[in-house]
Amino acid sequence: MASHFATPTAAPAQTGVTMVEAIRQAMMEEMQRDPAVVAIGEDIGAYGGAFKVTDGLLAKFGRERVIETPIAETAIIGAACGMSFLGLRPVAEMQFIDFIACCFNQITNFVAKSHYLWGAPVPIVVRGPSGGGVHGGPFHSANPEMYFVHTPGLKVIYPSTPADAKGLLKSAIRDNNPVLFFEHKYLYRRIKEEMPAGDHLVPIGKAAIRREGRDLTILSYAAMVHTSMEAAEQLAKEGIDVEVIDLRTLLPLDRDAIITSVKKTNKLLVVHEDTKTGGIAGEIAAIVCEGAFEDLDGPIARVTAIDTPVPYSPTLEEYFMPNTEKVVAAARELAKY
Amino acid sequence: MSQPLTREQHLNLYYYMQLNRQLEERMVRLFRQNKIVGGLYSSLGQEAVSVGTASAVEKRDWIAPMIRNIGALLVKGVPPRDIFTQHMAKYTSPTKGKDGTSHFGDLKDLHIVSPISMLGDLIPVMTGVAMAGRYLGQNIVALTWIGDGGSSTGAFHEGLGLAAAQKAPFVLIVENNQWAYSTPVSRQVPVKNLADRAVAYGIQSSIVDGNDVVAVFNNTKYAVEECRAGRGPRLIEVKTMRMRGHAQHDPAEYVPKEMFDFWKSRDPIVLYEKFLTDNKIWDAKTKSELDAKIEKLLDVDQQFAEDSPMPPPEFAAEGVYCDGCHDISAEFKRPMSEVTPPGSGIDITYKLSDFPAGMGDAASVLKSANGGHSQHQKPQQKPQQHADAPRPVLHANPARQPNTVQQAKPAQPQPAPRPAVAPVPPKPVPPIYPEDEFVEPERAAEPEGPRVPFGRGPKDKAFRDTAEAKVYSRVQKGRNSAVPANGNSKNFTPKSPAKNFSKSGGAKSFGKQGGKSQGKGGR
Ligand SMILES: Cc1ncc(C[n+]2csc(CCOP(=O)(O)OP(=O)(O)O)c2C)c(N)n1
Repeated sequence: MASHFATPTAAPAQTGVTMVEAIRQAMMEEMQRDPAVVAIGEDIGAYGGAFKVTDGLLAKFGRERVIETPIAETAIIGAACGMSFLGLRPVAEMQFIDFIACCFNQITNFVAKSHYLWGAPVPIVVRGPSGGGVHGGPFHSANPEMYFVHTPGLKVIYPSTPADAKGLLKSAIRDNNPVLFFEHKYLYRRIKEEMPAGDHLVPIGKAAIRREGRDLTILSYAAMVHTSMEAAEQLAKEGIDVEVIDLRTLLPLDRDAIITSVKKTNKLLVVHEDTKTGGIAGEIAAIVCEGAFEDLDGPIARVTAIDTPVPYSPTLEEYFMPNTEKVVAAARELAKY
Repeated sequence: MSQPLTREQHLNLYYYMQLNRQLEERMVRLFRQNKIVGGLYSSLGQEAVSVGTASAVEKRDWIAPMIRNIGALLVKGVPPRDIFTQHMAKYTSPTKGKDGTSHFGDLKDLHIVSPISMLGDLIPVMTGVAMAGRYLGQNIVALTWIGDGGSSTGAFHEGLGLAAAQKAPFVLIVENNQWAYSTPVSRQVPVKNLADRAVAYGIQSSIVDGNDVVAVFNNTKYAVEECRAGRGPRLIEVKTMRMRGHAQHDPAEYVPKEMFDFWKSRDPIVLYEKFLTDNKIWDAKTKSELDAKIEKLLDVDQQFAEDSPMPPPEFAAEGVYCDGCHDISAEFKRPMSEVTPPGSGIDITYKLSDFPAGMGDAASVLKSANGGHSQHQKPQQKPQQHADAPRPVLHANPARQPNTVQQAKPAQPQPAPRPAVAPVPPKPVPPIYPEDEFVEPERAAEPEGPRVPFGRGPKDKAFRDTAEAKVYSRVQKGRNSAVPANGNSKNFTPKSPAKNFSKSGGAKSFGKQGGKSQGKGGR
């Protein structure tokens, strides 16, 4: 198996890499490294994908490895799953992650259960642009991660930085399990980051401490990590020292990182862009109650989107989404305990 | 190219059909003794479909059975004990008790993909198997089955559409056993033959008598060869009959008795036994030897299953993830240089010469339809038959000609496969339902009357006086009244909402700003 692998090219460190570029680099490098890696999805070839994430792949790898499909999400996931049974590692693109609802059955019933039921691993990655804040409206802004976090057998990744996106996507492609990889479209081109040199891998299932603090922990992921960081800066000016933790992987959750931080700060605020009911904040609250209840000095607080579809008009969407002010206000309240 | 079947092949078809039947009959008894966990689905009367089709693929090929395709599993090499243990939920079963029935597979040796209960889901999956096999240079064919009922699922259509677009080496057997649970085909799929649907995907299809195991075998063999030659995918409609209820709990009282009687007289195993005798392929001694072999095997395997333990309860917690327990590797049977850069690189720009057929066809259709006057033509009253593939027909009486091959002429200039033994010219299809039960669908009339034209508002003259316009204007008024000042729809829309309501906070301050425009991407 190893004989198929090209030696990873020692990519030099780069500055100013966007999320889109980082994800593209991950795909390029993995396809270069292992001919079992193929890409499949709608308009991912000549056009390079709706957000240009796969730009350049077709010219380099050809139509057998960059497979453009009809508009048929069930067929995309089904075919990716079937391909993986012969040892391939397909990376399937949802043009917008909202359309993953169209292949919910294939993912939750076929892909997720295969290994548990009959010992057939399904090493596929399903990736696509998700999240709001860009006025995409109710069908192009969703955060459907929790449907899948509730599905045993899947792994769910939702990175917040270009370097993480690259390193986690490369790990996801090499993982033997089906991985859903959410790419927050608000972050695609808004942030740039230094990209480490070489074969940059980030482990799945490990949270990252973005900012150390003593008074209060904010747990978040994806675009809301940036909102939380901004809130933490403001709170620092008020003398509240906030620890910000980026979950990065939602399934499996890094329980240790959560418990360790709560034991240190004794206060927990969870911030996510997903809606409130059934969002991961509830699960985290239960984990903390199970593992660090005695350490809590205040109630577990959460700032999330409200329980509605993502509305279109900017005034409405702004009301719907968490933002820095809402996070700061909630943290201030919590800090009073 | 089909060769006549050897004696061994003929006897194998019998052996597996009978093994299939006796195995399932034993399970009916076990079910009555409460030894089967959950439901039991029977393929009584359909053994020729499972066995005939699965016998036509090679070891390297991949199959994915449905629940009534136990015969196919046996042909592919699954021992009967696996079927017993699966149904009895034993720890010794292929899924170690995690799933039942035919829900198991074998990726490494037998090349079997497990079904799941969601009908149709295997079609895109097996399309993927076919695509992967082609990419890896393995020259394999993927084959799966779907019921008449399951052929209405979205996965069926999405999968077949992708298979067709990809020209995947994929064979789909549409097993028309007249009933989907309690609903007859005519109430689900209002086409005369399920194979007609293939036309819509631009793929070749054929229809075969599902109670004639040799016809099923030859037809499938031909389809498999076509796919292997790069002319896939193909669809085969197999007409047969489910001879029991949907599952053991269902007495099938909704099925007319005469229908059961008719099909009972065409029992696939009885027909085939007669064929073997008439053609002197076997004698009574051979039959009793084969039957004894089957009984012996089933005795041993049933005993094994009954003696097997149930899984230990804590086993339920194991195996959600593959934590390195499987070695995943792809077996490339073509030069790696073809699929890795620079060998894999292509020029991605489309050229006009990439579209000759499309341009040519469009032009000729317009011309022949109306001399080029108008773009609109009346739809043809009759659905077109496969232009390049004459529809094969069923035998008049498979009891007498069980081995007649029935299939579409190949699209390519290639001789049609020869019938295996004693060819008999095809005769008209015996009606399974009275012919007049099928009513040619009426073409829906062009929708008449005003609609709210997309992108046209109340100012449009053609729209203004219609009923919808009035409703529309009421809605507009309602909206306007919600606006406090000078309720005028023109003033209501904010001029540039994006500017006024940009996201505050958030990522803007984190790290350096990216490119100027974010862009929503296309939708
Ligand atoms: C998507 C889906 N919907 C409903 C069912 C429940 N169901 C199981 S079998 C069946 C009837 C299937 O009929 P058909 O496809 O004709 O196969 P047959 O049972 O006749 O072999 C139904 C409705 C299912 N398994 N999957």
